[in-house]
Amino acid sequence: MSVGLEHYLVVSGLLFGLGLLGVMLRRNLLVVFMSIELMLNASNLALVAFSRFNRHLDGQVMVFFVITVAAAEVAVGLALIVALCRLRLKPDVEELTTLKL
Amino acid sequence: METILFYCFSVLALLFGFLVVANPLSRNPVASAMFLVLTILSLAGFFVLLHAFFLAAVQILVYAGAVMVLFLFVLMVLSVEEERRRRVGRFALIVGGGSVLALLAVFGAALAGGASVSGGPAIEGDAQALGKLLFSRYLLPFELVAVLVLIAVVGVVLLGKKRTQPTRPPGEISRVRDERGS
Repeated sequence: MSVGLEHYLVVSGLLFGLGLLGVMLRRNLLVVFMSIELMLNASNLALVAFSRFNRHLDGQVMVFFVITVAAAEVAVGLALIVALCRLRLKPDVEELTTLKL
Repeated sequence: METILFYCFSVLALLFGFLVVANPLSRNPVASAMFLVLTILSLAGFFVLLHAFFLAAVQILVYAGAVMVLFLFVLMVLSVEEERRRRVGRFALIVGGGSVLALLAVFGAALAGGASVSGGPAIEGDAQALGKLLFSRYLLPFELVAVLVLIAVVGVVLLGKKRTQPTRPPGEISRVRDERGS
């Protein structure tokens, strides 16, 4: 049985679900960031699989942009976390409740 | 051969991904970061299987190299402590289990029914092909991404800068404004 598009999509969906689980379950901001990275990687896998099976390179260019934007996002997010720690706050989502209803 | 490699990589990616978010042995963020590196490496293996060689190299260089080093630096600078475990409520268990079952049912239906998309011969996603596309058809998004990275650099420097004392004492600015007004 050869590996088709849907196999890759299932793996990508499961990885995305794991990332979503991490965002909702974990309380450490850094681990939440890592889970967001996991979700981005899952979507990258789906894009590359579509690009391979549709015989287009456009999906891979899209993945290139996603990787760039993810790197920029990580840099800004980690700078925000460092700025939080400078205010003597722990990097914990339970501490940042200013916007809570 | 490709099938065996696909299943190897998918088991590895899912296992390591699970260990990133819910490691049963430790709740240390450093362990999560290390398992995220392994997940990214197995995803690079997927990219090689899909003939996206350039993206596999970029994935290893940018993610496993740069991004994870950034994560580990921040983990080193901040004092890392173990996260305390929380109990999961009954409502959350029921809803979560139901959605997992629904997701698995959808995936099972996707794998069982319908003809498999085999795709035919692959296009090689090497650096030359991607570079040609990037500098012809996707030139404008490429330039915009460059601007975005510049904005990110400026933002990070601004956020990470230590707040310095203002050169004038705080009362002086309002005094200047009063003098201008009068």
